[in-house]
This record gives sequence, C-alpha cells and structure tokens, in this order.
Amino acid sequence: MLSRWIDNQILLGAAQAGVTMAAALIVVALTIRLRLGLKKDILVGLGRGLVQIVAVGFLLTLIFSADLWISIPIILVMIITAGFITVQRIKAIPNALWISLAGISAGAGSVILIMTLLGVIKQDLTSIIPIGSMMVYGAMNANALMLERFHSELVSHGGQVEAGLALGASPEKVVGPYARRAVTAAMIPNINGLQSLGIVWIPGAMSGMLLSGENPAYAGFYQFVVSGSIFVTVGITVIISIVLVRKQVFSKAEQLLIHSDEKQ
Amino acid sequence: MESNGNKHPALLSVEGLGYQVDGQVLLSDINFEISAGERIAIFGPSGAGKSTLIRLMNRLDEPSSGTVYLEGQDYRQISPRKLRRRLGMVMQQPNLFPGSVAENIRFGPTAQGERLDDARLSELLSGVDLEGFADRDVAKLSGGEAQRVNLARTLANKPEVLLLDEPTSSLDQAARQEVEETILSVLESGEVTCILVSHDRTQVMRMTDRVLSLKDGRLIADGPAEEVLNAQSMD
Repeated sequence: MLSRWIDNQILLGAAQAGVTMAAALIVVALTIRLRLGLKKDILVGLGRGLVQIVAVGFLLTLIFSADLWISIPIILVMIITAGFITVQRIKAIPNALWISLAGISAGAGSVILIMTLLGVIKQDLTSIIPIGSMMVYGAMNANALMLERFHSELVSHGGQVEAGLALGASPEKVVGPYARRAVTAAMIPNINGLQSLGIVWIPGAMSGMLLSGENPAYAGFYQFVVSGSIFVTVGITVIISIVLVRKQVFSKAEQLLIHSDEKQ
Repeated sequence: MESNGNKHPALLSVEGLGYQVDGQVLLSDINFEISAGERIAIFGPSGAGKSTLIRLMNRLDEPSSGTVYLEGQDYRQISPRKLRRRLGMVMQQPNLFPGSVAENIRFGPTAQGERLDDARLSELLSGVDLEGFADRDVAKLSGGEAQRVNLARTLANKPEVLLLDEPTSSLDQAARQEVEETILSVLESGEVTCILVSHDRTQVMRMTDRVLSLKDGRLIADGPAEEVLNAQSMD
C-alpha cells in the first residue's frame, strides 16, 4: 500500500521503518503495562538499531563503489567491536578480550579469507561484507556463550576443580568436562539452526536473494554456503577460545583463579 | 632451617607464611616445623585462618609472604602436581567426580599416567571400610561414605603428609564418628604424617598429639594437645 503513495525508494524505506517502529511501540506499551522493567532497554535497542543499520546502509552505498581491499579494515573493525561486546558481560575471566579477539579472528577471519579465495563467497564487496558480518556475528555470540558458560561452570564446580588439582592432576584435565560443556552449549544454537534450515526458518541471506528475484534453488544452495560457513566459523572460534581460556583461569602455580563469591 | 643432612630434619617447615586478599590480612607470619609421623591439629575458631593455612600448604593459593620447605626444599621449586601428590589434601566437602567409586579412587594415579590395579583398589576400599563399593555410583553414597571415598581417593596417591581440612564438619554425628574412626585406623596402619584442621576440641584431643592454635590469622600457641587446649579453656 505504501509503495502506491511513495515513489522515492529512500522515503519508502523510512515509511516502512516508521510502521515497524509503531508496531514495536505497542510492545513497549505492553511491557510498561506488565511492569516488566524493559522499557529503557527496548527503546534504546530500537533507537540504536534503527540509527546504526540505516547509517550502515548509507555507508555501504559509498563503500560498495570502493576497491575490494576496503573489506579488510571493515572486517577488522567488525572483529574488534565483536571482541569488546563479548567481554562486556564476562569481566571475571582474565584476558577475556584477547581470548575473544584471537578466537573470533581465527574463526571468522580464516573462513572469510579461505571462502573468498576459493570463490565460494563472491569476490565483491556486496558479498564479502554482509556475509563476513554474519560470520563475525555468529562467532561473537558463540564465543560469548562459551565464555559465560565456562565461567559459570567453574564457579559452580570450583570444589571439584580444586579437588582434582589437589590430587595432582593437570589444569587441562580437571577443567576438561566443563570446557566440553561450554563448547557444546555454544554450538547448540548453530547446530539447531542447521537442522531446522528451510523447515523452521528461511534465513536472511536466502530471503534477500528471493526478494531480489534470484533463482530459489540457487538461493537455497547459497544459503547453505552461508549457514555452513557460519557453523565452521563458530566451531573454530569456540575451539580456539576454549584452548586459550582454560589456561587463563589458572595461575602459573596451577591455582584456580575463578572462585564463587562465597569463597572465604 | 634444617637441611636434609641434619640429624632430625623437619619433614615440613613453614617459615613466615602470610596471606592477604585485597589488602585484608588473613594469615600473618606463621612459623612451625613438623617431623615425619607427627599428628598435629590446626585449631581455632571460625575465621582464624585454619583453612587458609592448609590451602597454602597444598599450594592451592599462593602465599603473599614466606614459604614452606618440604624436606628442606622450598615448595615453590617443586612442581605443583608433584607437591600436591606428596601433600595429599582431604577437603571439607567430598567433591567427588561423577561416576563410580573406583573411577574416583583411580583419578590421582591415572592423572600421572599410572594404573591403580584391582588389588590396590580393594586394599584402599578396605582401609576406609567400603569393601564392595567399587562399582557404586557416587551419587548414591551417604555423606559419610562419600567422605570416606574422598579419603581413599587421596590415599591412592600415597601421600607423605595428609592434610585434613575439617573432614567431618559437613557430616551428622553418626557419619562424623564413622569418618573419624576411619581416619584414625588409616593413620595407625601407616606412617602418614597428618595435619588436621578442626575447631572441635574433642576431635583434636582424640586424633592428634600436638596443637597449633590460630587466632585472627596469627599463631598464638604451639605445643602438646592437652597443654594448649587446657590453657585456652582457662582463658
């Protein structure tokens, strides 16, 4: 209906965003009514989300006309930002920022580079930047989930970890079960996503290709490329991060550095 | 500090040991020596620093000052894993690993690449009065049984010193008595030196010969159990 009244594409986008925002405000009103205490978080989220994504949209129109190498600093900025966002909620783990940066760089960086060189990801900015961003985003979430779970496992099983150390076991051995649980927890959303692909949901990349009139069968293959690449990214990220983090939670004398608040 | 070459070398020598966290002093300038075969108690009220001291001796925490010598060697020069096998620690809570009793008891030897054979496993279980418990799931053990498995698990490493951190404090009266008797029989059957952390006067009298009394992180008395405890009861 809106497109019948508005010819200009930018104005049409703004009007569509306005309608979406109005719908979101109804949810805000409901949360206020239900006293959920989420008003500020939702309003900030909606405001930031709109401004950030529209700003990026305008920026991309400039970037897409630039040379291919510009993708390198852009992906790097994404990785660094993802590292900082990850550690906002995980302050108790020593060197969490460096661990996150190493994990996300190794995971997202290597997959983006290899897939681009092999031509699986098209060697143009309109492919590398959005698909790269999905990989960095997937790596960031998985890394945050893994670190958070690992930390909470150590807090709740600190007694068993120290019992293992007191028996002369290596730190790697005593945290092994908790490291495995953390990695599993971080990968489950991604594995669920792969299993439900096309049945429960049609992800953004395929939706975008369908909206722009691509062959649906090719869009399906390409969506698997994207989802599979994100899975590989997530796997590499959490494995690199867990290898690094399990050393960081012990001192050089193999003493556990993470304790529950109740420890005397 | 006596060396290995001396006539009566101390097995353990604690020198100027101190520990503080965020500027708060939990333990200050602790000095004492222990000879092989001694049974001593670290005694004092809650918050005196007893558990802190025994954790430092196992090097689960790092001293802020001072050190511990094991047979004349600074324990910071011994690898933490070797040190912890030599100074076996039994904690307040059993903290058993999920699985069977046998898996728990085999944990220490397996961690150092050794296999604990069935005969030794049976011997250890018999020592803590748990014959036939090898395949039992630890989740199904009573508190007293779990603590006895914990003791056997520590003994599987053949420690030279047994560090017991209030091993009966989380148990009811009946279980407390059974664990205490097990520890006594283990001590009497071997040549293990023992350091018991306790705030239970009766337990200290029954199980140890010498008492180190702590208060507010300081060592305030060191002597024969009866003498130290009687002196304190008159204060």
